[in-house]
Amino acid sequence: MAEKKRTYVEDIDRSLYDFRNEDAAADRKNEGLTPEIVREISERKNEPDWMLQHRLTSLEVYNSMPIPDWGPSIEGLDMDHIVTYVKPDTDQQSDWESVPDNIKDTFDRLGIPSAEREYLAGVGAQYDSELVYHSMQDSAAQMGIVYSGIEEALEGEYADLIRQKFMTLIPPTDHKFAALHGAVWSGGSFVYVPKGVKLDYPLQSYFRLNAKGAGQFEHTLIIVEDDADLHFIEGCSAPKYNVANLHAGAVELFVGKRAHLRYSTIENWSKNMYNLNTKRARCDEEGSIEWISGSFGSHVGYLYPMSILAGRKSQSSFTGITFAGRGQNLDTGCKVVLGAPDTSASVETKGISKDGGIQTFRSSVVATPKAAGSRCTVSCQSLMLDDRSRSDTIPAMDIRCKSVDIGHEATIGRIGDDKVFYLMSRGISEEEARTMIVNGFAEPISKELPLEYAVEMNNLIKLEMEGAIG
Amino acid sequence: MTSNPLLSCRGLSASVDQKPILFDIDLDIPQGQVHVLMGPNGAGKSTLGHVIMGDPVYDVTGGEVLFDGRNITDLSPDKRSRLGLFLSFQAPVEIPGVPLSSFLRAAIEGREGMKMKNKEFKKRIAELADELDMDKSYLNRELGVGFSGGEKKKVEMLQLLLLQPKLAILDETDSGLDVDALSVVSRGMELYRERCDGTLLIITHNTRILEHLQVDEVHVMVQGHMVAQGPASLIDRIDANGFEEYENELAAQQASAK
Ligand SMILES: Nc1ncnc2c1ncn2[C@@H]1O[C@H](COP(=O)(O)OP(=O)(O)OP(=O)(O)O)[C@@H](O)[C@H]1O
Ligand SMILES: [Mg+2]
Repeated sequence: MAEKKRTYVEDIDRSLYDFRNEDAAADRKNEGLTPEIVREISERKNEPDWMLQHRLTSLEVYNSMPIPDWGPSIEGLDMDHIVTYVKPDTDQQSDWESVPDNIKDTFDRLGIPSAEREYLAGVGAQYDSELVYHSMQDSAAQMGIVYSGIEEALEGEYADLIRQKFMTLIPPTDHKFAALHGAVWSGGSFVYVPKGVKLDYPLQSYFRLNAKGAGQFEHTLIIVEDDADLHFIEGCSAPKYNVANLHAGAVELFVGKRAHLRYSTIENWSKNMYNLNTKRARCDEEGSIEWISGSFGSHVGYLYPMSILAGRKSQSSFTGITFAGRGQNLDTGCKVVLGAPDTSASVETKGISKDGGIQTFRSSVVATPKAAGSRCTVSCQSLMLDDRSRSDTIPAMDIRCKSVDIGHEATIGRIGDDKVFYLMSRGISEEEARTMIVNGFAEPISKELPLEYAVEMNNLIKLEMEGAIG
Repeated sequence: MTSNPLLSCRGLSASVDQKPILFDIDLDIPQGQVHVLMGPNGAGKSTLGHVIMGDPVYDVTGGEVLFDGRNITDLSPDKRSRLGLFLSFQAPVEIPGVPLSSFLRAAIEGREGMKMKNKEFKKRIAELADELDMDKSYLNRELGVGFSGGEKKKVEMLQLLLLQPKLAILDETDSGLDVDALSVVSRGMELYRERCDGTLLIITHNTRILEHLQVDEVHVMVQGHMVAQGPASLIDRIDANGFEEYENELAAQQASAK
């Protein structure tokens, strides 16, 4: 059967890509991304044909699209040899010895168990949380919730649904890295919450990080049906180390009528990473999406979770924090489309820059002509910890409807010397005093996280403040 | 019996952004005594308190600060605090997002003789809040944020009683308080004196707070200079006549020096 599939695949391929193929064959050594490579990925996964087609179309788009000419520089990415970032299972022949010391050190300080360390460092195949994942999966299943790897779900009961939704919120044509994702995506989660089902504990993707290929081009697809409720937590605070330092994941969230989804993330990529992640949610009537987003780590980051408020009275709230330290340029924010009457959105972000780090808040609010009676407030606060660091705010608004109410406020400040002195006069060291103030600044975000994550985030801030994470 | 004073400033001068504020200040406070520092607005009283505590905003341009037998002139404020110095701020700061109780916990962390389990700590601060007529819910609120002026001063007193320093400078801890709060702060001072034989330097414009205390000595500052010191009776004299005579005296001295 696999044999048949293969032939079929090649037929499709030929009809679409013959010309290119020859080209590609000729300059294989140039390591551009070719249909062969994409087919290889697809074959290995034994996935349905429509997916292969999707990959190949995405590849077309990828090859025809320019590199973004705005935002932080991605010059360090070797775009001519993009294949070195995407070659599946090249297994990076890395070992624990080759993991940089600063990463190992951070694992020590965060108290990550050794099995997980190896996995997180990208050198371990398996780790113990498999069990946790399965028990979580089982108890969710009892409520009719599907929580699985997206690749396995492509063959199951929800295959058609996935086909209907996959990369419709984030089409490959969205931008070059969305196209790349479409061509080479691998791993990720699928969650389906049936009508009216409310799960009262969060599902955490942390526990299934060991899915093959996850953490680089993973695709997350979550469907929360009408009147249902879910909290999903992505990521963890430990720095994920990857020799191939490009992350271009995609997250697509579908929120039904009167449904609610809270999507929490703490990302902490190792500091060689280019994080070009795309996340998008769509809400139907009276549905609501809540984003909680902590961006740490990475060398360069572009991240703007987007809420499309498509149904009347749907809502979005975005709470985010970004910490840019030495050598980091993190461009984060969010996008909101007020696309129906009486929608409401709020955006609250905190940005911190330190040791020459650059942190930019970028937001886009679009009110379509249908948005009458909608409201949106954007508030962003930045804290620059020294004179070498930079914080900027770039808010954009596109208002095509008269009766909408949109407010924006931004402040950029520094830590007051009077505050540091006050704390120090109580016996608190300078470093601790500054950390305390920064943690306090981040508190509106951390209080939205489950306790253990909030603690992790505070520890993370502490480590960043010490400059302990290289 | 000539024991060294607990705190002494010797020829202490300080400036901010090259602008001199304190000139050649001498001050001695023996252990266990209550001293009062008075002076018109802008005389430099708060500045002196901050410089003694080590506020890096000010440059010490001359002289030294000795505390408990050590020269602390170059010590950072946290180290001074851990040696037993305390400053109750005239204008306590606000630190958003940091609960008062966590801040207090950090303040006693690692101090000698203050090791306590979390439960014990919670109990202790709750008791102190009680003694100071503070609602315990304040302990979970963000440090200073949304506190009234009087509430902020009570929080300063709570820290005084928690930390039990060897010497406390109370910078207008009594100003802006209603009658009830004033008696709470008075009680706090008495408790501090009783419980740890505390030494006080009280900066105030208001003699009422001093009624229940036995004042050992009064210091008067004008325009950054220490211009007089004497017994408690000085307080009444200032109350009656203000600072004019000291100002005139200083002006005359400065004229003759030229
Ligand atoms: N950080 C600073 N920057 C600039 N000037 C300062 C600073 N601190 C104090 N000063 C100046 O030094 C002088 C003394 O101020 P200080 O606050 O010590 O007075 P004070 O005696 O405490 O007055 P008050 O009774 O009003 O509290 C004032 O002229 C004040 O403006
Ligand atoms: Mg003052």
